[in-house]
Amino acid sequence: MSHRLIHWFRYASPQSFYPLAGKMIPWFWLLAALFGIAGLSIGFLFAPTDAQQGEGYRIIFLHVPASWMSMFIYLVMAFWAAIGLTFNTRLSGMMASALAPTGALFTFISLWTGALWGKPMWGTWWVWDARLTSELILLFLYIGFIALQAAIDDPRRADKAGAILALVGVVNIPIIYFSVKWWNTLHQGASVSLTRSPSMALMMLWGMLLCALACWMYAIAVALMRARTIMLERERHTEWVHNLLTERHGQAR
Amino acid sequence: MYWHSVADFLAMGQHGLYVWGSVLVTAILMIGEPLLIVRRRKTVITRLQRQFHAEQADGRRMARSGESNLPRNAH
Repeated sequence: MSHRLIHWFRYASPQSFYPLAGKMIPWFWLLAALFGIAGLSIGFLFAPTDAQQGEGYRIIFLHVPASWMSMFIYLVMAFWAAIGLTFNTRLSGMMASALAPTGALFTFISLWTGALWGKPMWGTWWVWDARLTSELILLFLYIGFIALQAAIDDPRRADKAGAILALVGVVNIPIIYFSVKWWNTLHQGASVSLTRSPSMALMMLWGMLLCALACWMYAIAVALMRARTIMLERERHTEWVHNLLTERHGQAR
Repeated sequence: MYWHSVADFLAMGQHGLYVWGSVLVTAILMIGEPLLIVRRRKTVITRLQRQFHAEQADGRRMARSGESNLPRNAH
């Protein structure tokens, strides 16, 4: 047990995490590409049309994975923020900062594809209903987190302030998720849930799940890439960054 | 394959604008984000390398002129 703990704490230091992340990134890109090609070809080339919505429903293969990621990345970000506040580890703050822009990106994709889906199906780009409004608040939370961290010069203080904002904002995630149950909204209920069998054709479901997996792999790859850059910037006064960039002339990328 | 022709595929049953508008913006963002990170990373590495080399050169010069006992950030 104690051996395992030591093992984990070893990778919690930026110095050992940096090369490990560097080795993992290409694999996550490869998986993202494979899942993406599989999911998009099922979704856009092979899946049958939807009886009610026609071909416009195919936006689902982008919209639902992006929406899931927008919520899930926030939870992971808040998790790292909480770890950082509790144990005061350097890596946690860097991971939270690395995740925020990717979370904001998926939130924007979710809102954008949702608007383009809403226009032909509901007849409007936007309504101020519970699901759409709470997702928009999620985008503001991500932007607020990024702006707050950027406004504080000392990175450790920026981590702490950002962590508190991230943790307070977690309350919005169940509101988004359950909004279609708690209120009467224009937005349809969940197509896939953990408690009952999915209300969609099997091929559509597979296309969507593969696209969601691709988004997962993409998010991990991108977050690790950004975390590595943040590490170099924040740890520039340490010996390992100095050695890495001078001895091998930056070839160790 | 579900589609009969390429035109059929592009039209998306009169929903082409909405479907391809979604695909286009998603693709731009998901390709753009990693490219921006790579660019930022290169900028950071170049800047730090320049800084480290300058510090090393300073250190050597100070060692030659016997000023090496000064604090590192004295200049």
